Amino acid sequence: MAQAQKKFLYVNRKAPHGSIYALESLEVVLIGAAFEQAVSLAFLDDGVFQLARGQNTKGIGAKNFSGTYRALGDYDVRDLYVERESLEERGLSTDDLLEITHDTDDEEDIPSIKIVSRAEMADIMASQDVILSF
Amino acid sequence: MSTLHTVNKSPFERNSLSSCLGHCKPGDAVLLIEDAVVGARKGGSFAGRLAEAGKQCSMYALGPDLAARGLKPEDMDACVQVVDYGGFVDLAAEHARTQAWL
Repeated sequence: MAQAQKKFLYVNRKAPHGSIYALESLEVVLIGAAFEQAVSLAFLDDGVFQLARGQNTKGIGAKNFSGTYRALGDYDVRDLYVERESLEERGLSTDDLLEITHDTDDEEDIPSIKIVSRAEMADIMASQDVILSF
Repeated sequence: MSTLHTVNKSPFERNSLSSCLGHCKPGDAVLLIEDAVVGARKGGSFAGRLAEAGKQCSMYALGPDLAARGLKPEDMDACVQVVDYGGFVDLAAEHARTQAWL
């Protein structure tokens, strides 16, 4: 039964380990990806810290789920939009982020993270059918 | 194809309102609910930003949340229209999508 594919954007605005939002978002994305919708993720404000490389949560006794973002490509989640202004405000650059890639039929290891300006992020948000906020 | 943005955190505590206003497009609506309504008080430090954003977007605050916090509609900045729950539903129906700023 063919149904029109909808565009879903998951918006992440909180740092990863101080609350459950980041982990819940990732779990919902992985579940939602099974429903064959067009899924992309947005990271802005403190949400950019979810993609920080070198997270080590041993000392706080929390689960380090940052490695799971690398599995998104296997679920056909290929677009992770990160807001440039949010990175800069926090003293972060692309080099501080995880390496997340996906494969297509033709090519392997294509970067999934796309750095976009605040204005571009607003355009991305305005082009969605459904926005889920975390 | 406009968006209804809802904001539910006080701008004095979180940057949700600020981030929302930074991503609004002309023709969008912003509805302040729960603790966010405290940001819309006349003479408050966010009233200027709301009025500025109000030139391109429409600004609303949810009446029952104002009343619960002892705020009267006439206490709100002039750019903000007060709506009830029915008005919230109308706004959701009038826009193509709803985006929550938590």
